[in-house]
Amino acid sequence: MTTPDEPEQEQPATPLVPAYVITNGRSLLDDDTLSLITLVTTAQDAPAVQHLDPEKRRLLELCSGGHLSVAEIAGHTQFPVGVVKILLSDLTQGGYLVTRAPIPAAKLVDRNILEQVLHGLQARFG
Amino acid sequence: MAFKPDSDESVYLRESVQTAAKILVVGHFAVGKTTFIGTMSEIPPLRTEEVMTRAGEGIDDLKGTTGKTTTTVAMDFGRLTLSEELVLYLFGTPGQQRFVQVWEDISRGALGALVLVDPERLDESFPVMDLVEHYGIPYTIAVNRFGDRPDHADEEIREALDLLPETPLVSCDARDQRSSANALITLVRYLQSRLN
Ligand SMILES: Nc1nc2c(ncn2[C@@H]2O[C@H](COP(=O)(O)OP(=O)(O)OP(=O)(O)O)[C@@H](O)[C@H]2O)c(=O)[nH]1
Ligand SMILES: [Mg+2]
Repeated sequence: MTTPDEPEQEQPATPLVPAYVITNGRSLLDDDTLSLITLVTTAQDAPAVQHLDPEKRRLLELCSGGHLSVAEIAGHTQFPVGVVKILLSDLTQGGYLVTRAPIPAAKLVDRNILEQVLHGLQARFG
Repeated sequence: MAFKPDSDESVYLRESVQTAAKILVVGHFAVGKTTFIGTMSEIPPLRTEEVMTRAGEGIDDLKGTTGKTTTTVAMDFGRLTLSEELVLYLFGTPGQQRFVQVWEDISRGALGALVLVDPERLDESFPVMDLVEHYGIPYTIAVNRFGDRPDHADEEIREALDLLPETPLVSCDARDQRSSANALITLVRYLQSRLN
């Protein structure tokens, strides 16, 4: 019961810059503090950026326009998600970025959220 | 500079948005996931790559660490701002079992999943059904009827996929916004019913 392979998924990774370079050799293990839907933007009183790597400066520039999810930042920059998470996490710890956390796991089945989703869908498409 | 999206504020979320939620759109190869996301998204759909380790064919193989090679898996996603306060992301995820690592990441924090199935290729849906069940993601089946082949009765599909009686099953044309929205609404209503 196999499905046909999509050719693109068989190709080797070709990021713009090798991941181990832009993450300074840090591993690509999941960073639990940032999820795909954590919302990120630049901090109001961010430190100076001159000494930052060009990749980080570009991420900051992208984030300076408003809030985006981690997934959107990866999509716009074409960096792999794991790389983006590490860079964003560094930038957050350095005081350059602030995050809005996604729904905490305990609140996943929050009635309010489901209700908002339902009403939003009905209002737009109903 | 190259990284700043060309234009407009619509790239960015509204200032007032505080909360992000996520629903998965899953299914086997070429079942309509990308089409569905494109139909529903308020932004041009985006694509990200997850660099991952490929660990054999089955979920059980994940814990092993031998003979791994890395590969990239593309997932596409779209965005829907549903209130002043809330944004919903739709993530399309391939259903092949060897992409389980992507599944761990993508399924964490998901409200639920819409499982797209083609009634002509029901057996191809088995791996993805195994995955949603394995991760305990509540789901609704959206039957994507391609072309004008004879209708398969819902009962037939339910039986083939071994669905629980309470699992919703809706028809959906992924190219049509109303139809796609209706499938999402069915899923959300089901998620609400599970709280009662
Ligand atoms: N008739 C019909 N065709 C559809 C429908 N949804 C998608 N298609 C077509 O089916 C093909 C595959 O659709 P995709 O959206 O690329 O499917 P996918 O699940 O993203 O495919 P992969 O990412 O390759 O697994 C495209 O040619 C679509 O135009 C539908 O509801 N009805
Ligand atoms: Mg696709």
